[in-house]
Amino acid sequence: MTIVEFTPVPALAGGVLIGLAATLMMATVGRIAGISGYLARLIPPVTAGDAAQSLLFLGGLVAAVVAWPFATGQPVAHSVTSSPVALVAGGLLVGFGSVVGNGCTSGHGVCGLARFSVRSLAAVVVFMSTAAATVFVARHILGG
Amino acid sequence: MALVSFFISGLLFGAGLIVSGLANPAKVQNFLDVAGTWDPSLALTMGAAVATTAIGYRFAWARKGPVFAERFQLPSRTDIDARLVAGAALFGIGWGLVGYCPGPALAALPIGGVATATFVAAMIGGMLVARFAATGTSTLPSRAAT
Repeated sequence: MTIVEFTPVPALAGGVLIGLAATLMMATVGRIAGISGYLARLIPPVTAGDAAQSLLFLGGLVAAVVAWPFATGQPVAHSVTSSPVALVAGGLLVGFGSVVGNGCTSGHGVCGLARFSVRSLAAVVVFMSTAAATVFVARHILGG
Repeated sequence: MALVSFFISGLLFGAGLIVSGLANPAKVQNFLDVAGTWDPSLALTMGAAVATTAIGYRFAWARKGPVFAERFQLPSRTDIDARLVAGAALFGIGWGLVGYCPGPALAALPIGGVATATFVAAMIGGMLVARFAATGTSTLPSRAAT
């Protein structure tokens, strides 16, 4: 094991921002900030109210990336190296799994753990394990 | 006002993804690569996000209800069933394969080009398949986020 590119201060600061976002949503509208849940609510049949909430929350995510370079003068660090086949397979699995498992990294990983939900803890342990196993197989067995 | 807070929550969440590096699939894959080039940063991000949320929720719940809504809507289920475990397992494989979970993938749409658009289209396709498989229609019985 080699530790690379460890960035503890931005990592902690970013985590606090995510926590503040989840707190704001709970304090103002009483809801869990689960991103896959909001995205799934845009799949028909949708109600106008659900659609507006989802589009604004998810639109805020996109707007942050668009605004970032103008606000800070820095580019958004972003690099995808996966093949087209991996992108399609990964997308299908993430979408399918988040609906079947009722949540993703935000709903289970942040909000669920913060509520001390045993269900979310189980989901997090499982998806962290299969994610790490997948990277292990791709990089060290298949040699990606 | 409620709608404004959805947008501001999204902005803050997006800023957190960018600042932490969670918006960067290369960093996420290094975080998951414990046996190789391990970048432990995102463990701190998860920890800080959970701790901040746990404290923030207690302050939020100390009030009678949310500021712009009638009541708090919290997931009520506590059972660990096969669907949860299977769904989480498949989700993790997809996350590891690319380094995108749903938030970072959506956030990166303006900068990620064809690769990000491909992932997001497939992700929505996967959600449609899951709904159809669950009910035979596109209506999902449980709409809880967690």
